[in-house]
Amino acid sequence: MRKWLLPLLAVVALLAIWELYVKASGISSLLLPAPQDVLKALVDDRSTIWHNFKPTAAEIVLGLLLGSALALLAAVALHFSEIFREAFYPLLVASQAIPIPILAPLLVLWLGFTVLPTLVVIALVSFFPIVVTTLSALETVDPDLIKLMATFDASRLQTFWRVELPSSLPGLFAGAKLAAVFSVLAAILGEQAGASSGLGELLTITESNYEMAEAFATVFVLSAFAILLFALLTVAERRALPWAYRLRETETR
Amino acid sequence: MIEFQGVSRSFAGRRGEPVQALRDLSLHVREGETVAIVGASGCGKTTLLELLCGLQQPDAGSVVGAPAALMPQRDLLLPWLRAVDNAALALRVHGVARQPARDQVKPWFERFGLGGFEHARPYELSGGMRQRVAFLRTLLAGKPVLALDEPFAALDAITRAEMQGWLARILEQEQRTVVLVTHDVEEAVLLGDRVLVMSPRPGRIVAELAVDSRRPRERTDPGVVALRTRALEALGMEHA
Repeated sequence: MRKWLLPLLAVVALLAIWELYVKASGISSLLLPAPQDVLKALVDDRSTIWHNFKPTAAEIVLGLLLGSALALLAAVALHFSEIFREAFYPLLVASQAIPIPILAPLLVLWLGFTVLPTLVVIALVSFFPIVVTTLSALETVDPDLIKLMATFDASRLQTFWRVELPSSLPGLFAGAKLAAVFSVLAAILGEQAGASSGLGELLTITESNYEMAEAFATVFVLSAFAILLFALLTVAERRALPWAYRLRETETR
Repeated sequence: MIEFQGVSRSFAGRRGEPVQALRDLSLHVREGETVAIVGASGCGKTTLLELLCGLQQPDAGSVVGAPAALMPQRDLLLPWLRAVDNAALALRVHGVARQPARDQVKPWFERFGLGGFEHARPYELSGGMRQRVAFLRTLLAGKPVLALDEPFAALDAITRAEMQGWLARILEQEQRTVVLVTHDVEEAVLLGDRVLVMSPRPGRIVAELAVDSRRPRERTDPGVVALRTRALEALGMEHA
């Protein structure tokens, strides 16, 4: 009960302050529409928003899955090969500094006005945090566990499979939670570079028409989706890795 | 069974300076006996066990002996595996399939006082139970020698005393070659057939005490008390 009530109250309080500020300051509705108008737009335009939400949500989920799978592979490769790590880690960091508005038009040129450029942008943005957290989990496996496996005559691969890979999963989830939030932003930027539908495209249209209440309604939906993804990943993590939570609890006891 | 001849071993310290862990250490362990090695913290006991398990090689001297399985100080159970699967870890590594490995492990749970906890996760077990699972895992590793590194150091005093009694009974039933390293003189005297006393770093064997009585031994037994005093003297702690 409290788990739901507290965040709900925080959102209501934020909306109330926002409403009061718009009323009191007389700010132009072209810059900041009142929450009332945004909620009204959300209801009035629900079918347009829903229609555009579906492709965006699908892109985000697919891109996130793609990014996670590639990130896990990359983290394992970086963990196993020092040469690989030395050669590619700096490039990996640099790739994250490329602004999406620079990259997206190139992707559109190469991949066309399809969902692919957006998918690639999302995968790219979610890739990095997952690689970093997964690699760090792999590097911090208890060295005594590795020794223990050695006294059982375990091969490098067996030690990886039975000890290192399971140890890295909490890192993978931590990265995926970060990536889930970034991927929502990435989807919008990807779509704005060239897409025929989606919330990013809707945002481009409503903004150029100065329909700010409609644009903010879109942002509402995106924020809600980010929360939903984050919550789903948290639940999935608790289900898949109950031991990781219990470990933390026993350590703090 | 095991023969250390003039073994020396150094490792790099925190600032890269060489630290001599063992110097000119010799010892001999016969098949089926339990040798307890007692020494102060940081006397090179862990280095000795890692040499025994083949995790390190000596700088000088020779280590000859049958392969040993290590039971580390912390239980190091894998938190995502159930108790049976943790106990069966070495079997699984050696290529035994999951179900046959479990079948092989399960009868031991009853014997080790772990009956009913086969499917518990490590976080659901008490410290003493976790140590028993870890010991079982070592026992089933199929190595002729068991190397126990302060197996009960992390337990509270009451649980530790219980576990020492438990291990004494198990060792009496299971004739195994065991090298037990500890900083607890009483534990060494309660569990060992022979007690070897190590000097502070660089570690050497400075005394050897034979324990005649059978296990399990009483802490208050005059023979045990006398040996404990002699071991403390050899450690230079007679007034402690």
